[in-house]
Amino acid sequence: MDDTKTRFYIRFSLTQRYLHWALAGTFLGLAFTGLQLRFSTLPWIQSIARAVGGFGAILFFHKFFAIGLTITFGYHLANLAWDIGVKRDWSLLWGPNSMVPRWKDIQDFIGNMKWFVHLGPKPRFDRYAYWDKLDYWGVFWGMGIIGLSGYAMWFGSFFARIIPGSWLNIALVLHGEEAILATGWIFLIHFFNTHLRPGNFPMDLTIFTGRLTEEELKHMHPEEFDRLAGSGGLQAIAAEAPPRWLNNFGWLVGATAILAGMIMLVFMAVAFLKE
Amino acid sequence: MRVWTVVFLAFSAAATAGAATDCLSCHTEKTEVKDSVHGSVSCAGCHSTIQSYPHPAKQTPVDCASCHSEAAGTLAQSVHAASGGPSCLSCHGSAHSILKASNPKAATYAANLPRTCGACHGNAQLASQAKLPEVYSLYIDSIHGFALTKDGLLVAANCASCHGSHGILSSKDPKSKTSHANIPQTCGTCHTGPLQAFSSGVHGQMLQAGVAEAPVCTNCHTAHQISRVGTAEFQMKTTATCGGCHKDELATWRDTFHAQVSALGYQQTARCQDCHGDHAILSPSDSKSTVAPAQLVTTCGKCHTGANASFVKYDPHANPHDGTHYPGLHYATLFMNFLLVSVLGFFVLHTLLWFLRARFGHDAATGPAGSRPE
Repeated sequence: MDDTKTRFYIRFSLTQRYLHWALAGTFLGLAFTGLQLRFSTLPWIQSIARAVGGFGAILFFHKFFAIGLTITFGYHLANLAWDIGVKRDWSLLWGPNSMVPRWKDIQDFIGNMKWFVHLGPKPRFDRYAYWDKLDYWGVFWGMGIIGLSGYAMWFGSFFARIIPGSWLNIALVLHGEEAILATGWIFLIHFFNTHLRPGNFPMDLTIFTGRLTEEELKHMHPEEFDRLAGSGGLQAIAAEAPPRWLNNFGWLVGATAILAGMIMLVFMAVAFLKE
Repeated sequence: MRVWTVVFLAFSAAATAGAATDCLSCHTEKTEVKDSVHGSVSCAGCHSTIQSYPHPAKQTPVDCASCHSEAAGTLAQSVHAASGGPSCLSCHGSAHSILKASNPKAATYAANLPRTCGACHGNAQLASQAKLPEVYSLYIDSIHGFALTKDGLLVAANCASCHGSHGILSSKDPKSKTSHANIPQTCGTCHTGPLQAFSSGVHGQMLQAGVAEAPVCTNCHTAHQISRVGTAEFQMKTTATCGGCHKDELATWRDTFHAQVSALGYQQTARCQDCHGDHAILSPSDSKSTVAPAQLVTTCGKCHTGANASFVKYDPHANPHDGTHYPGLHYATLFMNFLLVSVLGFFVLHTLLWFLRARFGHDAATGPAGSRPE
């Protein structure tokens, strides 16, 4: 093999990339519409609301994106159920390819904290680092809290047959506070951990192209690289370099999403201080 | 010829002293008086000091009170007398062309009255001198002003409908038609339905019990700038109006979805009056109240189709700070705040340390820290 040529490996399947797009798109839409309600007392938020068509439009698109996100989430769950239940892919439930937390995640977390303060070497991460798993399970937690409370409020009189009506008071608090946590997490933590941090700055295109280079795999996921290199699994995920259009597309849309998130983060910060 | 003239003058002066025809032969510009309400009154009837011709150039002013003693009496007791303000003519127009108030050309005709009063009360300089609000422009753009001046709806309230005419008193005077306690009766002269409803409600009862703070018509509708209640402008202001007194209720309402929607300018959401009613607001403990427990399904059901007994357990004024009455809401709020601050706080620190380590910390053992070799 030509040593001068950069070798690429597949990290995310096309389905995973589409799901990330759907998740990111609906999430940004929900955040933009929802944040206006959350900070509705501020005059400049009210101006934005007027400019985008008033509450009628905001509510319509909030519900539209909510359905979109629910379908995305449901598709992922169905996918998992199929892979585990029918294809019997147990590696999704346990091991390096699983999102289920394991002891190594705790060790990596402590190790990383030590590395931050020069008390130890950088941990050797496997396929999914602990912050990847936090990103993943955060969506589950958020979907549970925000999704359920949202649908409970949307169909209040129906849900009141199942839950006490006074829980609808709690639903709004859960919905709003968890939304701040979710948007804060994505815009502050996820964007930095995966895209903006030194080394990945300004963007990690892997989720958009599905591929990373051999050097990236070695440095970011050394455990995985060694395991695959040892078992000959590298050949199975070898890929061509991403086409130029895909790179450009990833750049354009990814940068737009990150920029949108950063703008909303600044708005949130200003709103939080003014409220 | 000269003899005849003298005889004629002597005769006419003796027989009809001050007869209009004679005075008008000199005062030709005063012929308009014939068309005025005083057309049948002789010149001397008002200009009583003129007994003979020729008369001195300087005359004592006409005293309207010599005939209009009742009007003059009430005017003397009024706020206008006290302020040394307008004379009879300020409102009734030029002395020789005063018309009956029922004459559409009269300065005191219903549709003309706002402009007449506005001559002073629409003058910013005069208004500020007298420390009065400049009410004319507020009134003229109000529902009353529009009805009267644009549609010519003569029953619409003009200045005098509420303030009276000669006997206008300061609203601080308990006897005034516009004193706080008298407002409902004054507005109720036309708005009999709302007056009846108001009197049966808690606010009306408070007023009858002598509670000075009890709101009256003007507290919610304003005095001059009264707008159509269906307009967004009016609807959007009600929560602030009611909240002026009901501060806790306003604060707890603000925490709800109803308020968020309202703040974004959406009209179709629950504001005070949508649940509590307007003129005949009753205490929730009154079984006839729209917010009495037995009525809630109906009241909430106005917007929330399918509202049921459990649904109306939602509290539109729940207070998350009150752990005694709202334990679920209280602890859910505390938990979410704790989660928010701890998770974001910890990971912001995590991110910051990571940034510093990756950006500035070079570690020989692990190579260029965190960097991705290209």
